[in-house]
Amino acid sequence: MTLKVDDLRISYRTLRGDVRAVDGVSFSIADGEIMGLAGESGCGKSTLGNSLIFLEGRMKHVGGTVELDGANLPIADYNAMNRHRLRDVSVVPQYAMSALNPTRKIGRMTADLIKSRGADYRKVLEEFKRRIDLVGLPQNVLNMYPFELSGGMRQRTTMVISTLLNPSLLIGDEITSALDVTTQRAVGEMLMEFRDRGFVKSMIVITHDLSVLAQIADSILVMYAGKLAEKASSSTIVDNPLHPYTQMLIGSLPEVGLRYDEAPLTGIPGRPPSLLNPPTGCRFKDRCPFAFDKCVEEPPFVELRPGHEVACWKAMDDNAPARTEAASQGAPASQGAQS
Amino acid sequence: MSMLEIENVSKVYRTGTFGGELKLVLRRVSFNIDRGEVVSLIGQSGSGKSTLGKIILRLSPLSAGTINFEGTDIATWAKGQLRDYYRHVQGVFQDPFSSYNPLYKADRVFEMVRSVYFPKLRGQQWHGKIESALESVSLNPADVLNKFPHQLSGGQQQRLLIARALLLEVKLLVADEIISMLDASTRVDVLNLLVDLKRKGLGILFITHDLSLGNYISDKTVILREGAIVEMGDTQKVFGNPQHSYTQSLLTAVPQLHRRWAGGGERAPASVAVNGAANSVVGGLTPAHVAKRLVDDGALPDGEGGRYSQSSLHPAPTSGPQKLLHTPKAPGPGPGPRPSLMDIPDQPWQRRFGFGAPNLAAVLAADNTQPLVECEPGHFVAVEDDL
Repeated sequence: MTLKVDDLRISYRTLRGDVRAVDGVSFSIADGEIMGLAGESGCGKSTLGNSLIFLEGRMKHVGGTVELDGANLPIADYNAMNRHRLRDVSVVPQYAMSALNPTRKIGRMTADLIKSRGADYRKVLEEFKRRIDLVGLPQNVLNMYPFELSGGMRQRTTMVISTLLNPSLLIGDEITSALDVTTQRAVGEMLMEFRDRGFVKSMIVITHDLSVLAQIADSILVMYAGKLAEKASSSTIVDNPLHPYTQMLIGSLPEVGLRYDEAPLTGIPGRPPSLLNPPTGCRFKDRCPFAFDKCVEEPPFVELRPGHEVACWKAMDDNAPARTEAASQGAPASQGAQS
Repeated sequence: MSMLEIENVSKVYRTGTFGGELKLVLRRVSFNIDRGEVVSLIGQSGSGKSTLGKIILRLSPLSAGTINFEGTDIATWAKGQLRDYYRHVQGVFQDPFSSYNPLYKADRVFEMVRSVYFPKLRGQQWHGKIESALESVSLNPADVLNKFPHQLSGGQQQRLLIARALLLEVKLLVADEIISMLDASTRVDVLNLLVDLKRKGLGILFITHDLSLGNYISDKTVILREGAIVEMGDTQKVFGNPQHSYTQSLLTAVPQLHRRWAGGGERAPASVAVNGAANSVVGGLTPAHVAKRLVDDGALPDGEGGRYSQSSLHPAPTSGPQKLLHTPKAPGPGPGPRPSLMDIPDQPWQRRFGFGAPNLAAVLAADNTQPLVECEPGHFVAVEDDL
């Protein structure tokens, strides 16, 4: 088990009170697992990702623990986290341009970075060059400034630098969102390759694009309004989602090669609730077509089928009697989540 | 006669230190948009798709070719009379957050329209007009009027901008990536709205890099690569039976829910190679493809184009079994050492400073983009070269 997050709560301090962006989130990631984190904007997915590596000033750790490789990760302590950043936890930011220092050559910048982590740059230099080669960049990028590289090259450079010290956990926040399809595919396949080669042990890929996650992730965690909605292997989430929110999210994705003249897709009406004073009970109930009287209570996040956890009263009702049969059906599809 | 007729439009941007470099970003693009038709313009970043949108909106002049709107060449509208053109042709852009002034309330965009186009309209009539426009984009006036932009969601903001366009007798809407900043859950609503407007007779140029969105909404699809159309026709034909290898490779790269990327293939799709080529410079600098064509024509010995042989158009032979990516080397300009100011072949340094810069006509004449071939009725494909 690489990462174990237990009842994590993160708030943003604002003048009007605390915005509870991550509200009691527990999950774990196995070795070699790529976990996708999906949801609408404002559901807390980026906050969750950021909190694991760098808690901004306005973010407050309210409660909960994070365990990485069996040891506690002191996410609330900026200085104590410094020992873990890049070595144990690393991040690939969305905008590769802003991640690279424009006034330093790539090699020099990397050297500074590695030294600041107390490692010897000369020792990793060989490996650095090998990986630069591996992602199809010329060796002389080390002697280039960021502005000399194209967007795709910068993205790859950033990914190599982020994973240079073989971190246990890599967090990728919307790294494929702004790219066009061919580059998107290249980056996605690179992530998988990095995992397969053991450059990183496990990964959290944050995106709102479920179709990208269906390509690269082993398991998908869907968040809604700061809470977990559903977690299962990616094939289960895509083919057999139980939470109405996941179902509607998937139902709103157009696909190439289908005609929609007769049956247009529908979006999800409404907006996610404000997290300043989150509603009681199920947070999705105002937008949910299946909401019923029980939804005023908060649904627990429970395992309804092996490896398939959902927080929804309706899904629980539907699956409660058939739980034993469903278990045998769901079993083969859910290996990724609970290995 | 179509509503909008785009004929052989080329566009050259002037770049470089003192404007000494000319960059051909659109090559003889021709297609039509009819009333009540959605045409999606699909291309990678740098393919020139937004440039074409800007040209249609008269935000940027064209270098060659003509665009006729309802039979009139749009270049003939004088600056002072453009408002009559904008009465019929409007645009909505990618980033809704930067389309509003955060200091003012969002419905100020309506007031701007009023002051220019309807200065004499009374309050009551004007309100009726706004309400009917908001209704046609399915917004509740109470939800959006009198609010600041930050109080509205991205989807609401985009719909408000579309409503603004509908206040006028708009016939053509240029929608430049209007969906890409929106969440998956609100995207579909905006898309369905465009479909509704189309049924009411609005012509829409839908510019996107997302093939699945183009597939969802459009009647006709135009696929642009390096500023030239590689394939166009009815959406069903282009997506169902793609003829050009570039279209095919784009389609295989689309992430889909129920089908994983096939293969992870060893064959590098040509599309990726092309990514950086849009940055090639025509004219004074020897661009990779011109160099290549000269080599092919025997005008240059093979080594001459050497400086550019690293470029994306000539992916270095993929060697070694340990290739990580299916992509070829480095899409993008300038892998390899940057040529210094003084030693660019065929590019005396004076030229970089604008002395004796290549003239526009020469650049346009050097463009040998061939007309498209009709492979089946209503389905046009570019002749594939061996790039």
